[in-house]
Amino acid sequence: MSTDSPETELSAQSKPAGISDYPETSDDLIASDQLGLAELAEVDLYQKREKIYTRRIEGFFQRIRLYTGWPLLLAYFLLPWMQIDGRQALLFDMPARKFYVFWFTFWPQDFPLLAWLMIIAAFGLFAITNFAGRVWCGYTCPQTVWTAIYMWVEQITEGDRNKRIKLDKQPSSLGKFIKKFFKHSMWFGFAFLTGFTFIAYFTPAKTMLVEFFTASDALWVYAWVLFFTLATYLNAGYLREQVCMYMCPYARFQSAMFDSDTMVVSYDEARGEPRGSRKKTEDYRAQGKGDCIDCELCVQVCPTGIDIREGLQYQCITCALCIDACDSVMDKMGYPRGLVRYTTKTNLAGGKTRILRPKIVGYSFIILIMTGLFLFTIGTRDPLRLDVIRDRADLYDVAADGSIENVYELRVLNMAEHPADFELSLVGLEQYIWLGPQQVSVGSGDTAIYPVRIQVPADQIDIAVQEIQFEVVSTEQQNISAISESRFIGPFN
Amino acid sequence: MSNFWSAWIIILTVVTLLLNLWILLANRKSTNAGGTTGHIHDGIEEYDNPLPQWWLILFLGTMIFGAGYLVAFPGLGKFPGILNWTTVGSYETQIAKAEEQYAPLYAQYAATPVEQLYRIPEAMKMAQRIFGNNCAQCHGSDAGGAFGFPNLTDDDWLWGGDAHQIRTTISQGRTGVMTAWGGILNTEQVDGAIAYLQQISGQNHDQQLADLGEGVFSTYCMVCHGATGEGNILFGAPNLTDDIWLYGPDEVWIRQAVVVGRNNQMPAHNVLLSEDKIHLLTAYVYGLSRN
Repeated sequence: MSTDSPETELSAQSKPAGISDYPETSDDLIASDQLGLAELAEVDLYQKREKIYTRRIEGFFQRIRLYTGWPLLLAYFLLPWMQIDGRQALLFDMPARKFYVFWFTFWPQDFPLLAWLMIIAAFGLFAITNFAGRVWCGYTCPQTVWTAIYMWVEQITEGDRNKRIKLDKQPSSLGKFIKKFFKHSMWFGFAFLTGFTFIAYFTPAKTMLVEFFTASDALWVYAWVLFFTLATYLNAGYLREQVCMYMCPYARFQSAMFDSDTMVVSYDEARGEPRGSRKKTEDYRAQGKGDCIDCELCVQVCPTGIDIREGLQYQCITCALCIDACDSVMDKMGYPRGLVRYTTKTNLAGGKTRILRPKIVGYSFIILIMTGLFLFTIGTRDPLRLDVIRDRADLYDVAADGSIENVYELRVLNMAEHPADFELSLVGLEQYIWLGPQQVSVGSGDTAIYPVRIQVPADQIDIAVQEIQFEVVSTEQQNISAISESRFIGPFN
Repeated sequence: MSNFWSAWIIILTVVTLLLNLWILLANRKSTNAGGTTGHIHDGIEEYDNPLPQWWLILFLGTMIFGAGYLVAFPGLGKFPGILNWTTVGSYETQIAKAEEQYAPLYAQYAATPVEQLYRIPEAMKMAQRIFGNNCAQCHGSDAGGAFGFPNLTDDDWLWGGDAHQIRTTISQGRTGVMTAWGGILNTEQVDGAIAYLQQISGQNHDQQLADLGEGVFSTYCMVCHGATGEGNILFGAPNLTDDIWLYGPDEVWIRQAVVVGRNNQMPAHNVLLSEDKIHLLTAYVYGLSRN
């Protein structure tokens, strides 16, 4: 299909003046406009992916990507090795069901907090998308960052875009094999680092480092490291932009967050058209041409293989590679920068972009409230829990003196980092005898079970079912307490 | 399952599988590829194209899996499958696996005598869980007993409270029988016996009846409950002189016991729990009245 594409025709005359390292012949070009196929009459329902060869480009936005990508990468690779209070700072201990996040220890019952964190993060994403478009996709999404790293590996092992295209067309040779071998080795190496690091978040990293390489680690560790290594290799090496285009839900529902004041990467059609090649010295305006010299550089650098000049497309992850590419060409041609630039639909139409829009104000307001509540909840979270299970074998017992007895199992869960003493008490009965321990001591992270028999004199029973509450209070810190409801059942009068 | 229904299921299953295979292979290639089937709905035509190959392969894959499954596992009528897999067998395998996994945890305390074991908190924490799962239903979470089920936290033992006796009770179970005297004693004798019981256990009683009852007691009751009424752990006969009552101290419960008797059952747990678990439980019960 690609040979019929209009791109081939255009690129035949695409050599811009003054720039020597551009494609020599049309054979070197792979048409990137593969997505208009649906409009054709006969369609193969199972489209074969056309490999995208990206050209490397440097520029302002690529430096920004470097400055956002590297800290995130470093954080990912180094965080499992960080220690706090003599333990791993970030450890999701699945077998013990404890989740260490810096100074906090979370338990399975804290999962609503995780849900809220996700909701807050989602709203953050909506807000930033409404304001600045898909900056998450272009700058910070692991899919983008890892793909960029793999492309960089391609660049240093197989050479730049033209060399790679030629290499793939060459018949097998020792040289080709060596280049491919180095590329795949580096891909695999980085994939392994990624997979190993990922598992280090789930098992003590230092122990794993020793045990993994002495072949004494648990089987599941090897299995999962292998899985994530392969997944990374296939994902960043082969799937790449297909994840953004076919799998990522965010790419599909982002349009709901966009409005005409949202920043997008856009081609200034009014300024660029009609496009066409020209000599640097000629007076192109007199010939009726726009600023676009139709060098196709913006297409060649695009990691998702689209032509930004066709307008806003769902494949665009706003990585701004095309902006840097175009700016470099504009510089060489001596034209002003910004033919392709971050702008808004309003701006392009000649209006003024509004920043304070109801959507952004609303999102920000909600995020502020939710973040505040979230921090408050985390800050005031009591590391203590009480569960009460009433014995149900019989409704009640009668003691030798005629008193009515109910038996309860009190489970005290001490989630604090240190052992603590607690006092158990009961609210809801006027007169009762507590048979069982009342001053207890629970180890850190321990669930202690205390069976307790509550005795009420027969003449004190007013109603058959009395709602009661058990309470556990820390002896040292009175503000740490937990309550659990139960019932005291007596004879029906 | 009768042979007829077994054959019925086998035939249905195999024939359906083969038919499916035939339909799949017969439609593998289209003679009319690119054309339409002639089905038109709202202007949308249906192409007469073959299945995509990956779909065909997946389809064949599921069929091969299905055939393999029917050979290996029960599915074809009465044929048990060559793996001889059963739900019961699966359950037993998992139980055996769990036993194997947890047995060392219990075994580490097997050599510690009960008299020392009950002072080890880690062991008692495990024992508390075993008690909760196996004993608390009748004796209560706090082992304080219930109507008809003895309190294990006091010093009063029906069958003896040393380590060996407790272990025997848990392991082999106990059957405590109180004879129904209603058919042997007359009403006056029953009233007398009850009054005498009230007297020796320190309750309000009719002295005249109690004097009569003393004779009844020494004739009929002392065989098991002893001359002083303090019970006998050989028969599990309770001490009648204290204020601990398995069925309550009220006259109505005492009368019921005397007239229609009692039949108490502690089930044997050696068929349910391993030796090491019973050892831990023994120490737990031993410790209940001593901590």
